[in-house]
Amino acid sequence: MNQFQYVRPTKAQAAIEAVAKDPNARFIAGGTNLVDLMKRGITAPQKLVDINRLPLKQIEHQGSSLRLGALALNSVVANDTQVRERHPLLALALNAGASPQLRNMATVGGNMLQRTRCTYFYDLSMPCNKRQPGTGCGALEGINRMHAIFGHSEQCIAVHPSDMSVALVALDATVQVSGPRGSRSIPFADLHRLPGTTPERDTNLEPGELITAVDVPDSPFTKHVHYQKVRERASYAFALVSAAVALDIENGIIKAARLALGGVAHKPWRLTAAEQVLVGQPATEETFRRVAAVAMQGAKAFKHNEYKLRLAPNALIQALKTAAAA
Amino acid sequence: MVSDLFPTPENTSEPQPDSNARRSFMKQAGGILGLALAPPLVAQAERLTAYSRTIEGATDLTLRINGQTRTVRAEPRVTLLDALRERLDLTGTKKGCDHGQCGACTVLIDGQRVNSCLTLAVMVQGKEITTIEGLAQGDELHPMQAAFLKHDGFQCGYCTPGQIMSGVACVSEGHAKTDDQCREWMSGNLCRCGAYANILAAVREVASKG
Repeated sequence: MNQFQYVRPTKAQAAIEAVAKDPNARFIAGGTNLVDLMKRGITAPQKLVDINRLPLKQIEHQGSSLRLGALALNSVVANDTQVRERHPLLALALNAGASPQLRNMATVGGNMLQRTRCTYFYDLSMPCNKRQPGTGCGALEGINRMHAIFGHSEQCIAVHPSDMSVALVALDATVQVSGPRGSRSIPFADLHRLPGTTPERDTNLEPGELITAVDVPDSPFTKHVHYQKVRERASYAFALVSAAVALDIENGIIKAARLALGGVAHKPWRLTAAEQVLVGQPATEETFRRVAAVAMQGAKAFKHNEYKLRLAPNALIQALKTAAAA
Repeated sequence: MVSDLFPTPENTSEPQPDSNARRSFMKQAGGILGLALAPPLVAQAERLTAYSRTIEGATDLTLRINGQTRTVRAEPRVTLLDALRERLDLTGTKKGCDHGQCGACTVLIDGQRVNSCLTLAVMVQGKEITTIEGLAQGDELHPMQAAFLKHDGFQCGYCTPGQIMSGVACVSEGHAKTDDQCREWMSGNLCRCGAYANILAAVREVASKG
């Protein structure tokens, strides 16, 4: 790991200033992704700004949404009574991610800001437009079984691995951000970017912008929810595909729906068009199959991940069935 | 402001490992505080922010490990795992993958299990760290250690300290109530010998004894 200067402010403004004016500075919270990348020499910040002393750990209901402090630990959020009652989908997704040890370290803000990445991003001997812009994409013609089927570009076909983010995009969360030019709110769906011609940028955050909280609005999605994660072993692995489903069902008819897929794109993949198809329909397998077909429109696979074209809709149907029966 | 991260000798009542380390710590503590305020090394914003701490290069870090206060001279890039193994002779905690994928390095911080390989030592000053060496009471094994012996919960033994630390946390979290739940919540610890069945039996037995 490279040498770096370590700074530990107790005021958000000091943390923001330290990163905003130094392109080689990075925030560090749980460090589960950043320290790993630094050990591998993939990133080498000259300064780490430890934000763990900032007062951003609280989970509290404000107005009509539940505010999760950016420094709330994944394990704490997953186990929080309000989260489990109001947003059980989020608790399910969190507990499907990483391992108990990592969830005790990773924060809400850090989880969503983990890098979109693939094995070529990690392999310093291979080209990667995300790690080193302009060098090419090793995955495009390489081993691409873990890669994207939606929203990819010729520059990058990596996927975002966060389970938590799949639930948050489905639940219409809003990210609260403070930066050198003040504060702003970002709809969760607009936090992450598609690769396009700038795969080196995972998110729309500006230099020095710090996530302070995420707001999850109150919703009727407190019962009929499911997070279906398909992976190559029973636990502690990235998703091949995952599906987040939240339904509001009355007398067997779907009043409202929220759907998202993980492991399929450079960002958590919200399925707005498929949601519309569900509204007013009976909660039956026949409906779910039609919806899954709509969800897969526009999907394009590569040599080794064609299986995702069948696995993703199947995971979605399974999640819909499980959510409806919950 | 007196920082709990840089305790002065007066408010450090815990036993020190040896007196030389204590003298060295006192010298270095002064050095750190001086560094934080020194203009050539510290940017304008940090100097104006009285509550910021800045550390560059090797400094003396103060860690609470297994009930003792230990001082280790290390750069900010040194992980807790390396501090334990390479600087403090606490080699019970194992380095497996060194990337948070195997759980061999599991320790408890303030009672919660974490991967020490992805933890920077500089960031856990002031917290209570428990390693495998801190479980037994003298010659009396921790119930989890005894259960691993009884159930033969290991073959080569390399993953064992991490498995035991994780098992202790798994039980205290209440995540070992059924076999399936225990498997899921022990999934952060890999055993390449494949002693999983016996590891499961050991953790479940400790959990069942409440």
